[in-house]
This record gives sequence, C-alpha cells and structure tokens, in this order.
Amino acid sequence: MKHEELSTLEVSFNQLINTLLLKKAATEEFTVKLNSERSQFTRFNHAKVRQTGIVADGWIDLTLMQDQRSSFRQIPFTGNWEIDWQVTYKALQELREELPLLPLDPYLVLPSGTNTSREIHTGNLLVEEAVVPEVLESVAELDFTGFYAGGTVVNAYADSCGQKHWFATDSFTLDYSIFNSKGQAVKGIFAGSDWHQQAYIHKIQEAKKQLELLARPIKQLPRGKYRTYFAPAAVADLLMMLSWGGTSEADLQQGNSALAALSRGEKQLSSKFNLRENFQRGTVPRFNEWGEMAALELQIITQGILVNTLINSRTAKEYQKTANGANSYESLRAPEISPGNLEFDRTLPSLDTGLYVSNLHYLNWSDRPTGRITGMTRYACFWVENGEIIAPIDNLRFDDSLYRFWGENLLDFTNFQEFIPEVGTYEGRQLGGSMVPGMLVEDFTYTL
Amino acid sequence: MWSELTKAIANINLPADWLGIRVVKDTSAHHAVRDGLPQRNGKSVTTGAMLEVMVDGCIGYAATNSLQLMSLQNTAKKAYQQALTAKQWWVHPFQVTSERPKVVGEYVSPFVEPLNSLSAGEINDLLVRICQSLKVSEQIVKTTAGANTGERETWFVSSNGSEVYQKFLFLSTHYGAIAQDGAIVQQRTNNGWEANYFQGGMELLQPENLWQRVQRIGEEAVELLTAEECPTTRTNLVLAPDQMMLQIHESVGHPLELDRILGDERNYAGGSFVNKSDFGVLVYGSPLMNITFDPTVSGESASYGYDDTGAVATREYLIKEGVLLRGLGSLESQKRAGVPGVACARACSWNRPAIDRMANLNLEPGEASFEEIIADIEHGVYMESNRSWSIDDRRYKFQFGCEYAKLIENGKLTKTLRNPNYRATTPEFWHSLTKVGNSSTWEMYGTPYCGKGEPNQAIWVGHGSPVCQFANVEVFGGGA
Repeated sequence: MKHEELSTLEVSFNQLINTLLLKKAATEEFTVKLNSERSQFTRFNHAKVRQTGIVADGWIDLTLMQDQRSSFRQIPFTGNWEIDWQVTYKALQELREELPLLPLDPYLVLPSGTNTSREIHTGNLLVEEAVVPEVLESVAELDFTGFYAGGTVVNAYADSCGQKHWFATDSFTLDYSIFNSKGQAVKGIFAGSDWHQQAYIHKIQEAKKQLELLARPIKQLPRGKYRTYFAPAAVADLLMMLSWGGTSEADLQQGNSALAALSRGEKQLSSKFNLRENFQRGTVPRFNEWGEMAALELQIITQGILVNTLINSRTAKEYQKTANGANSYESLRAPEISPGNLEFDRTLPSLDTGLYVSNLHYLNWSDRPTGRITGMTRYACFWVENGEIIAPIDNLRFDDSLYRFWGENLLDFTNFQEFIPEVGTYEGRQLGGSMVPGMLVEDFTYTL
Repeated sequence: MWSELTKAIANINLPADWLGIRVVKDTSAHHAVRDGLPQRNGKSVTTGAMLEVMVDGCIGYAATNSLQLMSLQNTAKKAYQQALTAKQWWVHPFQVTSERPKVVGEYVSPFVEPLNSLSAGEINDLLVRICQSLKVSEQIVKTTAGANTGERETWFVSSNGSEVYQKFLFLSTHYGAIAQDGAIVQQRTNNGWEANYFQGGMELLQPENLWQRVQRIGEEAVELLTAEECPTTRTNLVLAPDQMMLQIHESVGHPLELDRILGDERNYAGGSFVNKSDFGVLVYGSPLMNITFDPTVSGESASYGYDDTGAVATREYLIKEGVLLRGLGSLESQKRAGVPGVACARACSWNRPAIDRMANLNLEPGEASFEEIIADIEHGVYMESNRSWSIDDRRYKFQFGCEYAKLIENGKLTKTLRNPNYRATTPEFWHSLTKVGNSSTWEMYGTPYCGKGEPNQAIWVGHGSPVCQFANVEVFGGGA
C-alpha cells in the first residue's frame, strides 16, 4: 500500500471515530475494530502461474453497548469518508433499534482504560510486476507449487472511552512445496518484510538437496511406536492445537479443554516443557478486542506446570479471575516454546533409529479430555537408522496424547528455535507466527 | 445494480479479450447463547466486486470493496496488469468461448418465511429456551444454542454478454450440551458441529420435532457419562447420515476435485490418490455406491443455478454403481485435465477467485430400511454425529470420531458406547459398503466451513445420505 493510501485510511478511521464520539448518547459505549489489507495473491503450480490477483479489502466491527446489552455490525471500510460514514451511521441506527430487544448480558465488558499505541512497520516488498519473475526464474526446472501473499495489513482499534491503537505492517509469505516425480515434496516458507532475492535462491538450493534424499526408495513402515524427531514446523502444528480447547480459561471452566487434567494436577508434563506468550518480536498487535494490551511476556506452562491460562476480560468477569489481555477466543497469538539442550549436529545421532518428521498435516483432537491428537505426517519425512537418513517414508497417521509426547516421552527440545510464520488467509492475511524448537520424543504412536 | 454494472463494462477500456465483473452482497446475522446468556449478536455485511480480465488466454484478477465507477475502472486495470505480468508463465491458455461462455439466467433459494420475520429478540428468546431445555441434569456443565441467517446476492456480467443474478437465503442452527462427571467429559450436539445448514427462510428455525430433539440431546450427553467405551476391534460399522456427510465430504468430495488432481492444491490442502486416467475406469467402491453432484436439490445448502464463472449447474453422477465417471472440476479444470467435470467454480465471496468446489454431493438411496440394515448384523457398532475428522493430503488414510454410538448385537441396537472412532483407507472403506439405506433413511446436512484454496476460502457445501452399513472396519475408543 502506498504511503498516501495508508495515510488516507488512518485519517478516515480517525474521522469516523471522532464523529461516532459526537453522535453517541451519554449512556452508550462503543468499540470499533478495523481490519484492512492491500494484498497481492499469486498461486503457482508446476512452476507456472495458476491464479494471480490483487485484493483491496477492509471492514470495521462496530459494537454498541447500552443498558447491559450489546450487538455489533461488521461493515465495509473503504477509506472514502463519505461512503464509510453513511454505512456506519446506518449501522449505528440499526444497533440502537436492536439493543432493547436483546437479553441482558451480565458479563458484558465495557471499554475502559487509557491504552493507545501506534506502530507502522514499513518493509521492502516486491513490486506487483516483479512477483512472478522473481519467484519463478529460480525454480523453472522444478515442480514448484506454492503461494505468494504480500502487501500491507492494518489492524486498528478505538472506543468510546478514548483508547486507540493503530498497527500497520508490510509483510509477505511465500509458502511453497517442491515435488519429485514420485509425488513427494520438500516444504519451505520464505517470509518477512523485506524481500532478499539471494536469500530466496539460497533456500531453493537447500530444498534441492533435500529433494535428493527423497529420491531414495520409499520405506513402508508398519503401525507401531517409534522414536521420533519433530522438526520445528511439526512442533508448531502440535502447539497450535492448544489454541483450540487448550490454554483458554473459558474452555477450562466449561469442560472443553485438553489441559483440564493438567490444571487439576492429575497429570503433568515434562519439566523440559516451557510455553509462553512472547510479543517481543512485534509481528502481531498486542491489543485485543477491548483495546487492552497484553504483557510483553506471559508464562503459560513452566517446567511442565500450568502457571497461567489465557484470560480475557469477559471470562475474568464471569469466573472472578484476573484478565491478562487475552483475545476473545483466548487463543495463542505469539507463542514460544523454550529451547532445550539438543544441538543441531546431534539431532540425527540422538534420534539414532526412528522417524524424522518435517511437517504434520490436518491435526484434530481424537479425544480432547485426554489430550489425544490425531493427524498425518507430510512432506520430507524420513526413516533414520544409526543416526543416518535411510529412506523417505510413506505418510503415517499418528494418534497420541500430549500428556505423553510433552510428558514422560519427551526426551529433549533442540537448543535452537525457528520462527514459523502464520500463512493463513481466511477472511484476510494473518500475521505473526510461533517460535519453536525441534523435539525428540520416545515411542510416538503411529496407527495407520 | 444492473445499470451500474452495464455502465462499468461499457466504461472500462482495456485491450483485453474478456472482462467479467462479479458483485457479491452478503448480509448475515449471528446469534449465540451459552447457558441461557447472550454471547454474540450482530450482523455482518460485505459488498464488493471481483474483476477478471483475460489477455491472450491468461486471466488476472483484482477485487475491491468500493463499487464506484472509478474504483471499478482502476481495479480492472490492476487485473489487466496481473494478466500481462503472468502471461509468460501462465499455466494453460484459456478461451473465452469455452471457459467463459455467455450465459443469462437467475436463481433464487426457495423459502416460506422471510429471514426478517423474527426479530433478534425473538430469536434470542428461542435460543435461551433451548439452553434451558438442554440442561436436563446438574451434570450438564455447558449448554449452547445458536442461529445464523444469511442473504447473498450475486450479479455477474461480462464483456461477452453474460448476465446472471442469484439470490441465496441460508439458515443454520446449532445446539448442544457438555456433560461432566469428574474427569469424564462428553459432548452431544444436534447432528455434529454446525451441520444443520440449509437454504430457506425462517421456517427452518423451529422444525416440528425441535423440543423432543433438544431434550434427547441433553439426555444423551448425560447418558454418555456412564456408557461403555467403544470397543477396539474390527467389526460391522453402521453410520448415520450426519456422519456419512463427513465421510462423503472428505473421502469422496475432496479426492475428486480436479484442481487437486492437477496439482493446484498440493501446497495447501493436498493432492489426491485419484489420477486423471482413473475417470471412467476406477472402481471406487462397492456396486451399491452411487454419488451425485446435485445443485438442483431444493433447500440443500449448496444449490444454485450457475457457478461463479457462469457455467450452468446440472445434476451429474460422479460415481455410478461404484465406478468413477467424472470429477469435481470447473470449465477451466476440465479443459486442463481433459476429463468431464461439473459446474463447480465457486468463490467464498467477492474477494476471492473461483476454484473447484464440491457443492451438493449426495449418496443416492438404496433399498434397505434402517431395521433391515441392523437386523442382519451379529456384532457391530452404530455411530452418529461427527466430533473429530482427519485425513491425509492424498485423501487416503482417514480417522473419524463420533459423539454417540450403540453396540449392535444379534440384529439389535443394545448398549450405548462413548468415544467411538474408526479408521481406514478410502478405497478399502468404500469397497466394504454392504448395505445402503432407502429414502426413508436419507437426510441432508451441510456446512459453511469447507476450507480450501490459496488464498484460503471457507465455503458452504451440502451432503445428503442414507444410513449405510460397512463390513470389517477398525473401530476403537478414547483414552490416553
């Protein structure tokens, strides 16, 4: 997004808030969230372009509160004041008509506090015309498939008590897979705020080396328990399950959390397992849907013990807890698993004989109360014997409990971490990612 | 809208072979209640335009949420530039006449009561009552109820004369209960998560059996607390339609998508174990297996008259008597793959390009009544309502879990079982289909959350199925 366009959006947003403040009745409160993006989306298959386009999108969520009731309107935000105010004013009037009809909400959270922030991260992205040639020229001879998403994303917040946040960032992700003739693939993600062509070429060269390993005959493995090394990308997939019925205080209170047994002290995780929210990287906004700022760091699991859950203000009100800036879903936004002691050069020797799992796919709780997760291995997974990669494997289904693989069966985490960026584009381009090490696990259960 | 779009088409001057504009206006209302207290009330409105430009067989797109003429003109230029930039690396040369043919028509969802016939207050009152009725015991620790309505209008115009208007009315309801006894936690919902998703009006909000069903869901959640664990064994498996919908979706729908077979999805959702050469010859399942792509079923969630590129939607057999006949592929995918497909290019909104989607995918009814399906089973398990789903990227090895099950012994449903799961490979499973229920057992469900595509798109699909019997399937229970 050009600087002038970004400026126009901010001016228009501020004008909208100021006008809402003038229009609101004394007994009314409101919050406004803004999501906006200008994104280039280019999809590749067989080192060709399958679809390419540009999306200019933006919307606000206006929530009106009065007499212990609330309702919202999600409406388009274009940056054109005349159009945006017309739509917003109509929404405000609709909300005023609707609120008296709704039931009382005893846990309604009204805006409060004095938080303000303004962050603008300017990057050096590829210009629109350069995306296709810069990506494809280095992979012309490969079966390259993937997706480039880049541009500017804006998240903003304002409310009737004067809190205001503005977060704008330039970023890109190139999420790709390079296949061999047998249908096996090496996966890579190249992401950031500045495109460095040489760094991209280097990543592709590394991927080519892994492709050579995939050329070996596939080893068929019977179901069973195998010692397994999970590369950081696979660990990130397992970690994100905790955002779905895991670390949320509301889920714990409502019988919907896989960490209930941990919370009750009936089970424990390995003392090597440490999880925290860490916003120091600055890739995602720290403010939530009430304008509250999360602390820069929040320990969640320390040495295997659940020391904090994610608690938003609504949950805090309902269960008499102290809120810690969690979002409405109480999901992990900037998770980090602490590193362990396993050195990079010792990864394969420590695994000795077992599975090297680069990535996982399609995870789901198979039995949430017991923390059991099922899913599939995917992309560049290998059988290892005596510390040497022997052969790629056919994909295997696993089904195991987090109380085992982060508990008694966890041997160690690596002493290095990787940042695994969020590449999701549902609704809009997602920001952030997780910081995770690799991990070595004994007796991981593969079932099919 | 037509006059604005006609004016836009006339006032966009680009040296392109073809220009298309698809405008979407989507209004949805959301209501959710937990334990009788409001959780979420509101409406979402999105309006915007997707412009596609074809240049020398290459398509570029650009999308905007501003429908002013100048914005549409600028957006068209961006789409044109995208096509030009990609031309040298374009995956396949398309043609206007075959991949973007002229089409004129209209489709409107059937409905009885307009979606605004009940106020937000009246809907909330109903949801509160549902929560109250679900709480049949102190062991119920959480009750939820929700209703969403949606009205979507789309206008599609093109430089070669297409004019398609479609209006869809959607209504989905959801309710369920969580029961707990110490460390034992069990959930029961109405046919699984968000499965009651249909086209129609407010008449769908309160079906005839609503209160009996609510009562039963609450009671079954409590019943599961003391139920036996599903046994670990290979046995006969009988699946209710609300689980069959997921089975069809994951192990038939996705593997038959031509864009997956062509490799477009390999980096995200995955490819397929099905190859282009399999169409017309592959025996996918038992001779009892008949699967149709059918966007003509009244009230099913993904019914429509035209896809988002203007292809006319018709009912087609994908699998007939077990043999794979055609794929789920748009006009573009059909051209690239050289195999027959269907009208299935769909986008979740104005801000996403159309891709291959399954729409309504139904298993056609067979001959057996529910009693006949159970009667000849000496030992087996009957499962209802999905609660867990996972399948590999080639759509081959799957594992699914259900909320509720019954043991089948000597031709009768006996004990209730909790944590029922099953796993298999797709071909093995569909070849083990031994009985298909008749039309009295056929039910349709849907979901608005089928995820796919880069950029990602969640879209609505519909699935109808009878009760089905499968032989020699691996089933198992929960526990760490």
